[in-house]
Amino acid sequence: MSVKLEFNDETLLCKLNGEIDHHTTLPIRLDIDERIESCRPQTVVLDFSNVTFMDSSGIGLVMGRYKVLNELGGTLEVTGLSDNSYKVMRLAGLDRIANIKKGGSKNGNQ
Amino acid sequence: MVINEFKMTVDSRSVNESFTRATVSAFASQLDPTVEEINDIKTAVSEAVTNCIVHGYKNSVGRIYIGVKIHNDGMVIITIRDRGCGIADIKKAREPLFTTLGGDRAGLGFSVMESFMDKISVRSTINKGTTITLYKKISGRAK
Ligand SMILES: Nc1ncnc2c1ncn2[C@@H]1O[C@H](COP(=O)(O)OP(=O)(O)OP(=O)(O)O)[C@@H](O)[C@H]1O
Ligand SMILES: [Mg+2]
Repeated sequence: MSVKLEFNDETLLCKLNGEIDHHTTLPIRLDIDERIESCRPQTVVLDFSNVTFMDSSGIGLVMGRYKVLNELGGTLEVTGLSDNSYKVMRLAGLDRIANIKKGGSKNGNQ
Repeated sequence: MVINEFKMTVDSRSVNESFTRATVSAFASQLDPTVEEINDIKTAVSEAVTNCIVHGYKNSVGRIYIGVKIHNDGMVIITIRDRGCGIADIKKAREPLFTTLGGDRAGLGFSVMESFMDKISVRSTINKGTTITLYKKISGRAK
């Protein structure tokens, strides 16, 4: 699991890569929060296009970033979800706190 | 009738979360499951094993005992057991959003297991440990 961070036009794009579980989320989350703290973005986009697996730790990752942004006054977007990740996210009702989009057919079947 | 069985024991180290879900799903793949069925199994196993690590053996490293039985009707039964702290109130623990850890834990592990499996059962005794049993009938790609 790794994350690439790109800050442009008040938007912090977080490109996640690999499998999201309890073991892999902690360092990622620290990276993202540090950048949110220093850049103060208006929008944070969590891009799941290259995420091959996620369990409820992924929900925690999204909910936690939502809380951080809520305090700082930014909005959260989640994009590129595979069918499996979307299934987990929807179960958590995350579509109510963030703008959540499924990926294209390219990664829709992981 | 059980047609195949597999057992493993691993340390409750978080690197083993990916190892155990990959191993269990590889064993179940002999039933020719769909991509979705394999993902459902991976996700539920990941939840149960992570719970042993972060809750059962909170401040220590213990052993996690995993067993998988495959039945001739396509039923896969997975047991995941720890000898950790146990759960005081199982009914409460299974409620969505209930968590004793906070931080970035969502309290949705049991909800994920319940919705991704056909059935789950939880047995637990304080200071003795917890056993989670996951049931999933594989319809398979052929049907
Ligand atoms: N193996 C276990 N040993 C001891 N307590 C457990 C065990 N599994 C679960 N629990 C208890 O049940 C609660 C709910 O578990 P659940 O997996 O639903 O949520 P969580 O682990 O707290 O958060 P999440 O799974 O969303 O990251 C836990 O907070 C913990 O108190
Ligand atoms: Mg859990």
